[in-house]
Amino acid sequence: MTFQQVTLSLAEGFLENCRLFLETLLFSIPLGLIISFGSMSKFKPLSFLVKIFVWCIRGTPLMLQLFVVFYVPGLLFDTPMRDRMLAALIAFVINYACYFSEIFRGGIESISKGQYEAGQVLGLTKTQIFFKIILLQVVKRIMPPMSNEIITLVKDTSLARVIAVGEILLAAERFAGKGLIWPLFYTGAYFLIFCGLLTILFGYLEKKLSYFKS
Amino acid sequence: MIDVINLTKKYGDLTVLDGITETIHEGERVVIVGPSGSGKSTFLRCLNCMEDPTSGSIIFDGEDLADMKVDINRHRQNIGMVFQQFNLFNNKTVLENITLAPWLIGRKKVKGRAARAELKAQITARAHELLQRIGLDDWADKYPSTLSGGQKQRVAIVRALAMNPKVILFDEPTSALDPEMVGEVLDLIRQLANEGMTMVIVTHEMGFAREVGTRVFFMDGGNIMEQGTPQEVFGNPKCERLQNFLAKVL
Ligand SMILES: Nc1ncnc2c1ncn2[C@@H]1O[C@H](COP(=O)(O)OP(=O)(O)OP(=O)(O)O)[C@@H](O)[C@H]1O
Ligand SMILES: [Mg+2]
Repeated sequence: MTFQQVTLSLAEGFLENCRLFLETLLFSIPLGLIISFGSMSKFKPLSFLVKIFVWCIRGTPLMLQLFVVFYVPGLLFDTPMRDRMLAALIAFVINYACYFSEIFRGGIESISKGQYEAGQVLGLTKTQIFFKIILLQVVKRIMPPMSNEIITLVKDTSLARVIAVGEILLAAERFAGKGLIWPLFYTGAYFLIFCGLLTILFGYLEKKLSYFKS
Repeated sequence: MIDVINLTKKYGDLTVLDGITETIHEGERVVIVGPSGSGKSTFLRCLNCMEDPTSGSIIFDGEDLADMKVDINRHRQNIGMVFQQFNLFNNKTVLENITLAPWLIGRKKVKGRAARAELKAQITARAHELLQRIGLDDWADKYPSTLSGGQKQRVAIVRALAMNPKVILFDEPTSALDPEMVGEVLDLIRQLANEGMTMVIVTHEMGFAREVGTRVFFMDGGNIMEQGTPQEVFGNPKCERLQNFLAKVL
């Protein structure tokens, strides 16, 4: 095994991590927004149910949720999950949507009532107020916690290995099985580089939004 | 201009407005004074349905604003409101704060790119005019966080003016200001008064109330306990609670 072969083989695995990462973001952000609206609903039974759900998801390990999504359909309905990646994606989306929803809720609730009222007294509609006035202020507020959570997500993708998704750590473990230990440590470089790039991106975005204060 | 009929507002068991009937006429400058918790803000906020009345009517432009079927946003365009806390839009420049609502509302009414561009130019020109009037045109592209309290409040007032409202409601417009900035804001309101703008002002500035008001309401316990010209209310108070109130604040 040359260094090059290991690098390539790990890169193939890391591609799976990236895929899981991107698809999780793509679905969990909108879902998180919906969940946050649910938890802020004035209809108490709905907000109560949503809060219980969020509590269950945030209060149990992601690894356990992966097992549940992967095994429970087979046990209950006799329709085993064939697509491991899909199972991982579902578990990740639900888990991260719940975390994001709490961040969104905090962000939305932190905007002062006066910002809404000023829009209302000028005759703007709720939608106009949300999209023209509130949204960007929320985005600015949630930038730091979101970047934290998103960087955690990068590292969490390797948990998918527990249901045998062919991600980078699983690839490295195969080498280890053949007596080659160093690729296992080498995987750290992939995560470091990826998270480093994200950190730069978030720093840039935060700077972009620093033109106003709220 | 605004007919208030038997307006009642309750929060649970607490009656904050207790069946108020009153008319605010065009060109009037009604000043509302009274002790803390007497319902002054609630009354003001019921006038543009920022609080929904528990019962009663607010007749404006021939429609009952308390009626849920009425398009309240359309009426709010004609009823300006200025808050104690200014509430400028943080993410918008001073100029955008003024142009945002006229543009969002106006653009729906015009078709075609050229007409819209012209509307935008008009709205922007008008905003600059308003900013010149308050001496803040140099600040047009700055963000609200860089303004002093007095400047923020003056921008908030011209933001309301940009809608060409028929009446403006002020809820303690100077209470959040440092003392040295109160004057500049009162000056601007005084100017509007002289131009004949219809206004309803809740204030603790008794001197100002006496000077600009054409009619003064004294509110206590959710009612207008006494009203009249500033001379009558301040010079010759009849009810005992008003006498006590004035003894404390004057
Ligand atoms: N959203 C609310 N829920 C419950 N009670 C409220 C609410 N808003 C106001 N109140 C109560 O209604 C009463 C009148 O309040 P309001 O703000 O109208 O008084 P105010 O005359 O404006 O007083 P201040 O001079 O302190 O501004 C107060 O007792 C207040 O506690
Ligand atoms: Mg008040």
